[in-house]
Amino acid sequence: MRLQLLALLSKEPAHGYELKQALEQVFGNAYPSPNIGQIYVTLGRLEKDGLVRSVDVEQSNRPNKKVYYCTAEGREALDEWVDSPTEGPRVRDEFFMKLVLAPMTGIADRMALINRQRRHYLAVMRDLVELAQQSDQENRPAQLLIEGAMLHLQADLDWLERCQEDLA
Amino acid sequence: MTIASAPSAIHTVNLVKIYQTGGLPVHAVRGIDLRVEPGEFVAVMGPSGSGKSTLVHMLGGLDTRTSGEIWVDGKRADTLTESAWAILRRQKIGFVFQFFNLVDNMTVADNVELPALLGGASARHARERRQYLLGELGLTDKADASPAQLSGGEQQRVALARALANQPQVLLADEPTGNLDSRNTRDVLRVLGEVHRQGQTIVMVTHDARVAGLADRVVTLLDGQIVDDAAIAAVRRRPKGGAGGVVELRG
Repeated sequence: MRLQLLALLSKEPAHGYELKQALEQVFGNAYPSPNIGQIYVTLGRLEKDGLVRSVDVEQSNRPNKKVYYCTAEGREALDEWVDSPTEGPRVRDEFFMKLVLAPMTGIADRMALINRQRRHYLAVMRDLVELAQQSDQENRPAQLLIEGAMLHLQADLDWLERCQEDLA
Repeated sequence: MTIASAPSAIHTVNLVKIYQTGGLPVHAVRGIDLRVEPGEFVAVMGPSGSGKSTLVHMLGGLDTRTSGEIWVDGKRADTLTESAWAILRRQKIGFVFQFFNLVDNMTVADNVELPALLGGASARHARERRQYLLGELGLTDKADASPAQLSGGEQQRVALARALANQPQVLLADEPTGNLDSRNTRDVLRVLGEVHRQGQTIVMVTHDARVAGLADRVVTLLDGQIVDDAAIAAVRRRPKGGAGGVVELRG
């Protein structure tokens, strides 16, 4: 999550826990709640690479806290990330590998593989529908993220149907 | 079997449909045995041309079978005359078509109330049910409009309200969300989930995985035959409060 943290820091300096809270607030429950340990590890690496720097800020009655800020180099890395197109989500599909290779083993039937996979996708879709209903309707990033996941899943199902048509 | 139980909502035995429209006969449905129990929600999926629409149309008596049997609520239905089917539909079946079939010279409200009134509901009950359904589907302010004044998505939701107006024993639907944007689909999903929880039996042809995901069971057709018929099992639940499966962020 290097670049996500860098993006947040380019807006304003923050310490680790504030970054965790910011991520949670922006993405709502559509985002896997980030692990604070992982955030500190990532910040450490970003600092080592010169993309962020930290300063110790004194606190009364508490240990100093480390506040991180984005460097010029970090800003450059961020610009490069934002400006370059993103790879499509699906380069390899494990199910397709099963579908093609499993019949060679003689233990799997393609029809059964497809049917089982369809039911699994539908169960995942049901989960996403529930998640969308439980999520804050006003949190647009979260809703859009869930909708994106639904559209990908729908495409997977349509493609499964194409695979099945080939068996007819 | 000695234990008497409620009859299946729908039951077919070796159901076959062959279309003969000049040229070669087309085997649209080839021997379907299907049983839908009261309260079940069954999604019917499969590629176009696999016989899905033909199947639900036959279940609603809107298309005649070539051979085989159809039983609705424990009574043989495939041998009924057209007018007897009309009565059966009025009493027991709600149907949502792909192309709405609303009555254009009646208001939206009247379109929705009509089946309930024909089914013997009181005027007051029909009105309350209509107000509830139009409200849930975000159409309250369209009650006095004519269907022709509505968008495709609105007409589709009116058609769903109409099909549910009579609280039919079975709701049959053919692609009921084909024209909806995501917000409208959300309303339709909520209503379908709600009536299903209240015990509504549903048999629905759909490509939309969001709708199919609500079903208890998915029946997949291929080339006029059932190639899969099984429950949609629950997925492993996400850890509380999170949705790790939705996105994976790479560091």
